[in-house]
Amino acid sequence: MTTHKGKVVELERAVVRFAGDSGDGMQLTGNLFSDSTAFAGNDFATFPDYPAEIRAPQGTVSGVSGFQIHFGHTDIHTSGDMADVLVAMNPASLKANLKWVQSNGIIIVDTDAFTEKNLAKAGYETNPLTDGSLNGYLVVPAPISTLTKEAVKEMALDNKSAMKSKNMFTLGMVFYMFSRDYKETYSFFEQKFKKNPLVVEANKKVLEAGYNFADTLEVFANTFKIQPAPLHKGRYRNVTGNLATSWGILAAGERSGRNVFLGSYPITPATEILQEIAKHKQFTAISMQMEDEIAGVVSSIGASFAGALAVTSTSGPGLSLKSEAIGLAIMTELPLVVINVQRGGPSTGLPTKSEQSDLMQALFGRNGEGPAVVIAAKSASDCFYAAFDAAKIALEHMVPVILLTDGSIANGSEVFKIPKVADLPAINPPIVKANDPNYAPYRRDPEKLSRSWALPGTEGLRHRLGGLEKEDITGNVSHDPMNHQKMSYLREEKVERVANYIPDLELEGDEDGDILVVSWGGTYGVMLTAVEELRAEGKKVSLAHFRSIKPLPKNTAEVLSKFKKIIVCEINLGQFVNYLRMTHPEFKYSQYNKIQGLPFMVNELKDQFNALLNE
Amino acid sequence: MNNTMESKIQTQPIKLSKEDFESDQMVKWCPGCGDHAILRSVEAVFPVVGEKLGLKKEDFVVVSGIGCSSRFPYYMNTYGIHGIHGRAAALATGIKVANPKLNVWMISGDGDSMAIGGNHFIHLARRNVDITYLMFNNRIYGLTKGQYSPTTFKGQKTKTSPQGVFEQPFNPGELIIGSRGKFFARVVDTNPKMMQKVFLEAAMYRGASIVEILANCVIFNNKIHGDITGRDTKDDNQLFLEAGKPMIFGKERNKGIVLDGTRLKVVTIGEDGITEDDLLVHDPTTEDAGIHMMLASMATPDFPVALGIIRATPFETINDAVWNSVEHEKETSPYKNVDDLLNSGNTWEID
Repeated sequence: MTTHKGKVVELERAVVRFAGDSGDGMQLTGNLFSDSTAFAGNDFATFPDYPAEIRAPQGTVSGVSGFQIHFGHTDIHTSGDMADVLVAMNPASLKANLKWVQSNGIIIVDTDAFTEKNLAKAGYETNPLTDGSLNGYLVVPAPISTLTKEAVKEMALDNKSAMKSKNMFTLGMVFYMFSRDYKETYSFFEQKFKKNPLVVEANKKVLEAGYNFADTLEVFANTFKIQPAPLHKGRYRNVTGNLATSWGILAAGERSGRNVFLGSYPITPATEILQEIAKHKQFTAISMQMEDEIAGVVSSIGASFAGALAVTSTSGPGLSLKSEAIGLAIMTELPLVVINVQRGGPSTGLPTKSEQSDLMQALFGRNGEGPAVVIAAKSASDCFYAAFDAAKIALEHMVPVILLTDGSIANGSEVFKIPKVADLPAINPPIVKANDPNYAPYRRDPEKLSRSWALPGTEGLRHRLGGLEKEDITGNVSHDPMNHQKMSYLREEKVERVANYIPDLELEGDEDGDILVVSWGGTYGVMLTAVEELRAEGKKVSLAHFRSIKPLPKNTAEVLSKFKKIIVCEINLGQFVNYLRMTHPEFKYSQYNKIQGLPFMVNELKDQFNALLNE
Repeated sequence: MNNTMESKIQTQPIKLSKEDFESDQMVKWCPGCGDHAILRSVEAVFPVVGEKLGLKKEDFVVVSGIGCSSRFPYYMNTYGIHGIHGRAAALATGIKVANPKLNVWMISGDGDSMAIGGNHFIHLARRNVDITYLMFNNRIYGLTKGQYSPTTFKGQKTKTSPQGVFEQPFNPGELIIGSRGKFFARVVDTNPKMMQKVFLEAAMYRGASIVEILANCVIFNNKIHGDITGRDTKDDNQLFLEAGKPMIFGKERNKGIVLDGTRLKVVTIGEDGITEDDLLVHDPTTEDAGIHMMLASMATPDFPVALGIIRATPFETINDAVWNSVEHEKETSPYKNVDDLLNSGNTWEID
């Protein structure tokens, strides 16, 4: 590694955004930079921002794909508000991303791509590189395409293949900028392009050329260094929320001794869960890509009846389709995990954008009185534990559990401390032993109110389940009025009693104060960052972040009662705040809602809380 | 009895009886409904299936959707699950794939299978899920009191088709073959012997064995299969197919089916020089479904209705495919447990 010329500036944290055409390999570039960040010992979080179209017309704003990484020496909870560095591979990506760049931020552009044709495609009337519209930013112009071609000209590569590696040129430049060892990335090329040594060589050459270009030509006034983050001792990896969700389910299968069965149907942004589970039949985890969303959940209910840890995965529109079947799981009191990776709605909505707008659907979106447990993962790495917990609750309480994640944590990645499966809580489903003389299909555990699980094939336990109302204890079909009332209360109470088995609501900050900020699900990182920053300024603000929505933690009222004001923040029009108004009407709630297909920004939250403090 | 003895007993062939499967629940179908006879036939067949396959009574699972027929699981003393409308095929798929040792029977009707459940029906056939599927086809919606179904004949007046049905009906056999299904049989609810024989063969077939039962709804569609099942007309209108045997039917056993060019044709033995040797010989096992499709489509008054096993072609079941893959992955995967997986790929240590 060559010695850096110029000044090395120490930073606490930085945000880098890679942007290019969907075919430019920006996701790969971002992922390789993330790996390097992990080796550098920084904490980090990432977020991909890609179009719904697979290959939108080349060079247009709708075809821009982006990847943002926030990394630092301190704990990183979000993928970052505004970018300190933007890499723009063409005019369209500059146009689409300029609004996310910090004033006086650094913008690296491929000048070769700023042709008249590309400028027109992006909708520029004049060239932003020369018309003064980028004044106030530090623009680093580099003829990336030309230099990439130059780097591999000795090799027997056609032009198209050569141009495919130009993303590695920019990666080399950014590696230089952040004082990274680019050679660590070589092993990735060797792995990924095993069958094509020429491509391995080309990528290495181009990466090195980018690094050396930045070094030799001193394109940056200075370079940056971020010290390793003080992470706890242990082994770490990078995970996206969807990967963590899948692995949490697999871990629960192993811990409970039940085979995993996932009945599902591809839908953005949940598809990766089906793809991941499909890879792991060695754990006797069975996935079935069924003919539709309904068959996905219903096949899982069948598998649950047969004794599996039954799971279905989907996103909003799919959850709508599964509603009736979730009612069947509620009526038959079979364990079932329904993973809903929320996206913008209603209808097809914004498939690749994140939202928290399926909460009411999860809570109430069924015919009849249909209570289910609802829990929400708070971050990409928490998806692992949330999925594990969802499976544990479903199996031990004989109840469907709806696990809410969302597009931003599902696709976003962060650092994950690898647990040992043996250290995870035990899972003990109430499976009935053969010929148990006390078995009755709807006899309940006196504490949990769960019925027990008699698996087909077991001697002496034959019984019938179904969607028709069942008589208490015997499970015979019953239309008796008082029985229906009793069973309706029992089903509700069974779900409420899950609160006896989950942790209390924890506060970030003091137990009392001027403002309690309330949030739930995937917004945790940004909420925590905003609250921590205000607390550092001496403001009496605390955060109560909900992971269990139904039932609410037992100490909810107690926590809410200790603050002068409560503000509930959500990426929807106010679904959780209205649920709190219903369950805890004794408190007054303010609300802050954003529904733009975009995450909260730390600064906008702080502005809201400051305004409320000053009211 | 101690546990050791119990487990020894389990490995012995168990003698099962009809009574083992009779439920204590009151059967609430209308008096005269064809479903009663079907229930009795199924109760009679289960002990035989158990004996042949070495199953105990707890290994049977009866699954259904919604409709008159779908109350069936409540009337059988087995493990059972009564699902939601149209979705029994998906339930059965989940049960069988999750635990292939179970002997899964699915009960459905014409509406449950081919209207609301049409999508699941064709995919169950395509996947060749190893279950026995009894479809009660009474060509009407009975439980909702008399609306037309996807098998009601064009022109028939029902509560929702006061001017007559405008649509053409499905023929379940055509739908199954069109979905690349490998097994199709048809029986009438008036012939218990035929039902038992065919149900047993269906249960022995490894794959999605779908049996259409021409069932009578005594209240809303009485005698809709009358020309096929009527005492005076049945012999001339039923062709019972048997593997390796010529296709003969008729009161006098003198009618038969021949292939005339590319079409089937009814002939009379002894007329125009026709002998038994000219008749088609039934082969349910051919992968080529051409003749099977033509047989499934035959309808009165020009043809007899084909009964018995029309198609039974060997093909890998989805449950076998999935579990073979599980075994293969267990042998070859680098991950022996979830810890291996969590620690795979790029990881790093903080001291």
